[in-house]
Amino acid sequence: MTTLRIDRADGILTVQDMGREGYLGQGLSRGGAMDRLALIEAAALLDLPAPLAGIEMAGAGGLFSVTAPTRVALTGAAMLATLDDAPLRWQASHLILPGQKLRIGAVQSGVYGYLTPAGGIDTPPMLGSRAAHLSAGLGAFLTAGDTLPCAPDPDPDAPPRVIEVAGRFNGGTLRVADGPQTGLFDDDVLQAFYDTPFTRAPRGNRQGIQLDAKPRFTSDHAAGLASDMIGPGDLQMTGDGLPYVLMAECQTMGGYPRIGQIIPADLPRMAQAAPGAMLRFQRLTQDQADALWRSDADLLHEAAARCHNLIRDPSTIADLLSYQLVGGVTAGRELEECRCRSI
Amino acid sequence: MTASLTSDILPAGPDGVLVRFALRPDPVAMTAAQVLARGLQDHPPAGVVEIAPGLVSVLLRFDPARTDRARLAARLGPQASAIAADPPPQPAPLRRWTIPAVFGGQHGPQLAEVARMAGIDEQQAIQTICGSDLNVLTIGFAPGQPYIGLLPQAWDIPRMSELNPRVPAGAVVVAVRQIVMFSAESATGWRQVAQSAFRNFDPDRNTPMPLLAGDAIRYTPVTADRLRELAAAPDGLGGATLEVLA
Repeated sequence: MTTLRIDRADGILTVQDMGREGYLGQGLSRGGAMDRLALIEAAALLDLPAPLAGIEMAGAGGLFSVTAPTRVALTGAAMLATLDDAPLRWQASHLILPGQKLRIGAVQSGVYGYLTPAGGIDTPPMLGSRAAHLSAGLGAFLTAGDTLPCAPDPDPDAPPRVIEVAGRFNGGTLRVADGPQTGLFDDDVLQAFYDTPFTRAPRGNRQGIQLDAKPRFTSDHAAGLASDMIGPGDLQMTGDGLPYVLMAECQTMGGYPRIGQIIPADLPRMAQAAPGAMLRFQRLTQDQADALWRSDADLLHEAAARCHNLIRDPSTIADLLSYQLVGGVTAGRELEECRCRSI
Repeated sequence: MTASLTSDILPAGPDGVLVRFALRPDPVAMTAAQVLARGLQDHPPAGVVEIAPGLVSVLLRFDPARTDRARLAARLGPQASAIAADPPPQPAPLRRWTIPAVFGGQHGPQLAEVARMAGIDEQQAIQTICGSDLNVLTIGFAPGQPYIGLLPQAWDIPRMSELNPRVPAGAVVVAVRQIVMFSAESATGWRQVAQSAFRNFDPDRNTPMPLLAGDAIRYTPVTADRLRELAAAPDGLGGATLEVLA
C-alpha cells in the first residue's frame, strides 16, 4: 500500500477513472475522466493492462508526496512539473520516492492534466467506479491534507518512459456524427453550423461546455419537444441557439434539441480546448463515424506503441546527487537501465 | 383519439441506437416506450450492453465488437413498428410503491395555485394525486429521479416562466400532467405541491436507486409530524413501502 498525499491543491482536483457504465436508465451518467485518452496514455506509460484511477487536475496541480516508491504518469494537458525542483517532463512516467516533493504548476495549454500512480488510486469504488461525480453527489474535490490509498506499484524499477502525443490541447476541428435529432434542423441551419468557426466560451465544467459564435442555430421543433436521452459529445442547442457540448458528467436526459454528436475520438480535444480556443466542426457520415470507433483496449494498444524509454543526459539531471543519496534506492539505476535498453 | 406513432430507429453515437415513438410527450408514445423497454429487458438483443428507457424512446447501447447498428435495426424494426402500429395498453406494473407525503402548507406551497389551475380545490387536488393510477414514466435528469404520470388532462399545467429558486430533496412537484420527486435540492420551473422523505439516490444503500421505470406509485397523505418520524428511517425511504405485484 502506498499513500499519495495532497500537500497543496492549486487546481480543481478530483479522482477520475473511466467512469461507471450501466446506470443511464437510472439517471446516472457515466462520468469519469474528461480526457479519457489521457488515462489510457497513463496506462500505456506505466505498462498497465487497463486504465486505472488517477487525479484529474483542472487548470493547475498542486504539491504531492508518496509514502512508498512509486512511478507516476503525467498525461493530458501539460503542466509545469518539478520533483524536488528538478524539472520533470510531461507525457512521461517518473519514479517518486518518499520524502520527495512533486510540484505540479499551472497548465501550459489545454485544461485537464492527469497524475496517475502506477498502482492506481485505490479508494473504495462507488457504484463500480472511483470517479468523483459531483453533480450526482458522488465523491468530493481533493483538498490539502487529503491522503489517497494507492495499490503498490507493480514494477517500481521499470525505467521512466515518454509517450508521443499528437496535440489536442489548442482546439481545432472536431468531427461530428448525426444524432437522433439532427433531422429537426433545416439543411441551411446545418450548413451554417458546419461553416461557422466557434470559440470555446469561458463557461464550462465537467457537465458541459458553452461555445460562442455570431450566428444562432435553432430548430423549429424545439418547443414542446419531449425530453430525451442525452450523452457526452452531444451538441445541444440551448434556447439562445448556441451550442452547449455535453461532457462526462452531463445529465442523462435533456429537452433541448441536439444537432449532432462529437465522435468519441475527438472528445478529448473538446475537453482540452481552453476558453478562447477556436473550434470548427466537420460532419461525418454514419459509416465514417462508426469506422473511427475504437475500444479502450484498442486505444491502449495504440498508445503503448507510442511509448519509449526516457533517455536523459546525466548532466541535465539537476538532482542526480540527491537521487544517489536516498537510501541508494535508485542510485543512477534509472540511467543505466535506459542505456541498456536503448542500445 | 390516438396520435399516430413513429418507430424511428436512429443513430445515437458509435455504440448506440435510439428507438423513438414520437417527438412530443404524447401519452401513447410513453406507453409504447415502456412496452418496448420491458420487452427488450426480458429478451435483450445479442451484443446490447445497456437498455435505458426514456420518456418516448428507448436507448440501446451495444458493443460494436459484438453487433452493429444494421443488425440491431433489423432486430428492433419489426418489434417497434408493431408497437407503433397498434399501441398496446399500459403494461401492468410489476411493483407498487406507496410513498407518504405532506401536502400543502409549507410542504407544498403551490398546492393552492395548482388546484386553482386544475379547476378544483386543494382537498380534491390531494385526492386526485393520491387516487390516480400513477407510474414511473422514466428515471432521469438526476440519479434515481422519477418522472411520474400521468395526472388527468386538467393537470396539463405549464412550467413556470420564473424558476422556483429552491425546492428541497424529496419535493413533489407538478407540471404537464407529470410529477417529479426531486433527488436533491434544486431550482425548478415546476410547482411544489407536497414533500416526501423519500431519497431517490443513496450510493451507500444496498439499492442506491430504488425506483424503476414502470413501477406503480401511490402517494399517501401524512402529517408533518409523521413525516419527520418517517424521515429518520435509516433506509432513507421515508416510510415508503414496496409491494411486488403478481
